Order: sequence, then structure tokens, then C-alpha cells
Amino acid sequence: MTAGHLVLPGTRGRRLVDAIARHRVAAAVAGLLVLPWVMPYQALAVNVLVYGLYAVGFNLLYGYTGLLSFGHAAFFGAGAYGCGIAISRFGVPWPPALIIGTAFAGALGAVIGGLAIRTRGIYFAMVTLALAQCVYAIFYQWVSLTGGENGLRGVNAGRLLLFGWQLDLIDPTTKYYVVLVFVALALWLVSRVLDSPFGAVLEAVRENETRARACGYDVRATKFLSFVLSALVCGLAGSLMAIHLSVVPIDTLNYTTSGLVVMMTLLGGMGTFFGPFIGAGFFVVVEDVTTLYTDHWQLVVGTIFMVFVLFFPRGIWGVILQWLRP
Amino acid sequence: MSPNFLLLQAFTGFALGAIYVLLAVGLALVFGLLTVINFAHGAMFAVGAYIGIFVFGLTGNFWISLVIVPLAVGGIGLVVERVLVRPLYGRGIDYPLLLTFGLSYVLLDLIRILWGKQGLPFDAPDALSGAVDIGIGYFPLYRLFLIALTAALLVGLWLFIDKTSYGLVIRAGARDPEIVRVLGIDIARVWLMVFGIGTGLAGLAGMLAAPLQGVFPEMGTPALMVAFVITVIGGMGSLVGAVVAGLLVGLAESFTAIFAPQFSQLSMYVIMVLVLLLRPQGLFGRAGLLG
Repeated sequence: MTAGHLVLPGTRGRRLVDAIARHRVAAAVAGLLVLPWVMPYQALAVNVLVYGLYAVGFNLLYGYTGLLSFGHAAFFGAGAYGCGIAISRFGVPWPPALIIGTAFAGALGAVIGGLAIRTRGIYFAMVTLALAQCVYAIFYQWVSLTGGENGLRGVNAGRLLLFGWQLDLIDPTTKYYVVLVFVALALWLVSRVLDSPFGAVLEAVRENETRARACGYDVRATKFLSFVLSALVCGLAGSLMAIHLSVVPIDTLNYTTSGLVVMMTLLGGMGTFFGPFIGAGFFVVVEDVTTLYTDHWQLVVGTIFMVFVLFFPRGIWGVILQWLRP
Repeated sequence: MSPNFLLLQAFTGFALGAIYVLLAVGLALVFGLLTVINFAHGAMFAVGAYIGIFVFGLTGNFWISLVIVPLAVGGIGLVVERVLVRPLYGRGIDYPLLLTFGLSYVLLDLIRILWGKQGLPFDAPDALSGAVDIGIGYFPLYRLFLIALTAALLVGLWLFIDKTSYGLVIRAGARDPEIVRVLGIDIARVWLMVFGIGTGLAGLAGMLAAPLQGVFPEMGTPALMVAFVITVIGGMGSLVGAVVAGLLVGLAESFTAIFAPQFSQLSMYVIMVLVLLLRPQGLFGRAGLLG
């Protein structure tokens, strides 16, 4: 069919969506490349990037595998503390510190995931939440290592000579693009995983666990791998956050940080590739704008979230997709 | 360490556990019947404490507050179920959870708007202050009152659920709502009532906890954690489990507080992890209930 022939209403939009879906990593990175110029200021753009990646990790577990975790702050926080402690206490340069933070989050994901997947359904949300709160309590008490209530200070990434190229993370624009490199890598990895046969099994478990088991898939191993992978992605996001902020506040590990990613993912559109970033962007901007006028941003965000749960459970991107591809 | 001291510490644990039991029973009741986990349960706990302060400020009478608080918070629960939760039935088990999570944010900020961000003191009434000799030593009267009131409420709740015809409907509804509906009973109204009772219990627990720990907007978050951990330990939707696990967690917390104070917050998580490893469905949970 040549262009201009028999173009049904809505077909062009659908084709555009299909093209974007085919090159979703490139499309996401392209969007993120211009983000700093759309945002009111650069620090906000880095927040969208980091929280977006955090939501991508969470979405892998909730959106694709169907497991609602309310304890992902543990992995975001473990990444942040792992990376932050390596830098501030042991003087590790930031690139290996990122790996340390991510690996630490992955290890913690194996422990918490191993326990949590013993339960199902709504139980899972409560167990992950309680275990994450346990991690919070440990980090809160371990003042000598973590700084306790005051948070971890002095996570200075600073300059780095990379292949004869001076990287200065103090400069916000440089920082944004350095973070983007890691985010792009993680997105590519997640996209590959989702396209792989393993990704199909994830969705099979989400849609019908019993049937997936009957088809011969090891449901437990699938859930466990999905959990650890999700923890790794969230850990990378947390590590990047530590470098971005130069401090790790204790609230990084708190219940609210777990809730944050649930909100962002649902607002953007769970189970979609772009949803997490759209949700993160939406959330960050709404929070930023409301704090200009009132202290009570939680009231606004909570209300918006309830409206979405009640009327738009597919989230912003989900609604757009439905509209373009009826 | 004398046996009397340990026994007194056990009583302290029971008093703490009494509050936890009230919290967890409300959560378990709602879950057992509606299979809804109320994430705003902690926020209702805080709302109860603040309404307690408000009514106490108006009337100056602790006992009037004690009656009004569960009714008022239960009333809020009725509205929440009818307006917000009911449209979500049949739409997947996660949605009521997500909605009540959003609601907890809203309630928290409403408390901050109405009563400010600072904590407020709330004293036990004169009639319940001081300590009495209970044979093994002096024990704060208010804590003794907590134990007695909780015991009385539990007996009342058991009589209501086990001996009344309305309780029969509740038990039937927990087992098979479809059949109950077929028999011509408006199950939606039963759900509404149970949601109200559950949140009312949370509110009452909040007010009763206020003299022990003070009143502050964020008091609901640790309360929610405790309620969740107890529910996991006791078994989802099991009222007996909620009572036993609540007392167990109270005891564990009060004993670790003397031997290793820095770990008292962690003790309940340790129990939970052990239960998850050895008996994932919880002490009194039915294997296979919702998977």
C-alpha cells in the first residue's frame, strides 16, 4: 500500500506508534537527549532520568511480571548507599563505585526476593514492604557506616580523566549526559530482556501463573530472576542518585521512596516501555510546581494518584496508546 | 534479673501488644472478608489519635472521646469504602491497595493542615494515671487498662462474629460471597460495615496509643508496618493469628528493649523472616488462601 492510498483514520498515528515501538530504546534516548532543554532547570532533568530508571526497574517486576513490590526503596537505597559508601569512606572512583552499588542492590534483591517470592498476591506487597523497612531500620541504626539519621555525606564524584578526556561531574550538563549514558545502557539491556524468550515468560507469569507452570516454565525461578534484575536496575538508579546529589539522605530507603516508584510507574503506564519515564517526568514536575505554592504536595500527588487508580489505571502512556491504537 | 522484673516486662509487652492486636485485628477483619489490604490503615490510626485530641479538647472527658473516636473514624471508613474502594471490586486485587496508598498520603497532609506538623502531647486521664501493685510489683494503671479494654473488645468481637446472626453472615461472606448473594443477602452492605468496623478499630488503637507515644502526623507509618508484619506472622485474614502474633510482637519488642535496646525495632522483622522461611502462610494462615 502506497502512502496516501486508503489511509484509514488513525492509521498514521498507529504507524508512528509502531515505528517508535520498533526503535524504542533509540526513541527513549532521543527524547531524553533533549529533556534538559525542556525542563525548567537541569537538576530536575537529572531527577527525571534517575527516577525514570528506578521506575523502569520497578516496572520490570510489576508491569511485566505482575508482582507488586512495595519495598523497592531497599534496592534504590542499597545502590545509593553502596555507591556512596564506596566513594566517601573508601575513596573508590565513581565508575567502579557504580558497579559496587549496583551489585550490592542485586545481592540484597536476591535475599529479599528469595524470601518474598515464597508468598503470592497481596501478601507479596506486604512482605516486600516489611523487609525493606527492616533494611531501613538497619541502615538507620548503623551510624558509623551510614551516618544514620543525618544521611551519608561527602559522596563527591568530582573529576575523572577518562581516555584523556576530562569529565567534570560538577557541571550539570556533563553530569546529565554521563548519567544518560548509563541509563541508555540499562534501557538497552531491559529492552533486550523483554524481547527475549525470557521476557515472554515474564508476561506469561503475569497473565496466568498456573498456565505458565503447566507449560513447563519454572515460575519460581522466573520470578526470582525478574526480582534480581529489577533490583539491579533500581540499584544502578540509586547509585546514580548518590553521585547526582553528593549525599544519600536516609529517606532514600524509606517507605515513601517505595511508594514513589509505585506512583510514578502507575501514573506513566505500567507494563509499557515509555510509561516509567513519562510517569517520573510527570511526578517530578507536579511535585516541583506544587511546592512553589504549598507545602502540601503529598495532598495533590495523592489525589492525582487516586484519580488515576479509579479512572485511568493504564496511566498516561497507556491512555495515549489506547487512543492511537484502538 | 529477678523473675518479677521479667514478669513485669512481660506485662509491658502485653500492653504494647494490646495496641498492636487492635490494629491488626481491624486489618485482618477487612482482609478476611473483602480481600482488601487497607494501606490507609496506619493513616486511620493517626486520624483516630487526632480526633481523640480534638474531642478531648472540646469535652475534657477521656471517656467520651473513647466512644466518639471509633465511631468517627469508622464513619470515615464507611465513606471511603462506599465512594473510593467499592468501584474497584472485581478489578484486580492490587487496585484497592494502590488506592488506599494514595489515600494515606491525602490523610497525612490533611492532618498536617488541620493540626500542624508538630507533635502534640496527650495525657492519660487522671483516673488512669499512676501505678498499681499487681502482686509482682507496680505497673502503670493505664497499661493495665489497655490490656483489659483490648481483652473486653476481643471478647465482644468474638461474640458478635460467632454468636449473632449478623456475624454468621460475615463468616459466610468470608467463605463464599457469591453464595451469600444468591441467598438474597446484600453482601455489599456487609462489606461496608466490616470496612467501617476495621477502620474504627484502627482509630481506637490510635487514640489508645496516644498517651504512650505522643501524637504526630507520621505516627501512622510505623503503625502500618507493625500491622503488616503481624498480619504476615499471624496469617492473612486470621483473627486468632492477629491476636497471637500481636502479643508475640509486643512481647518480643519489650524483651529486646531490655537486653539489646538498639534491636527492639528489628525484633518483629526477625520473627517475620523466620515465619516466612518455616511457614510462609503464617502461623494461623490457611495454605492456599489466595495462593
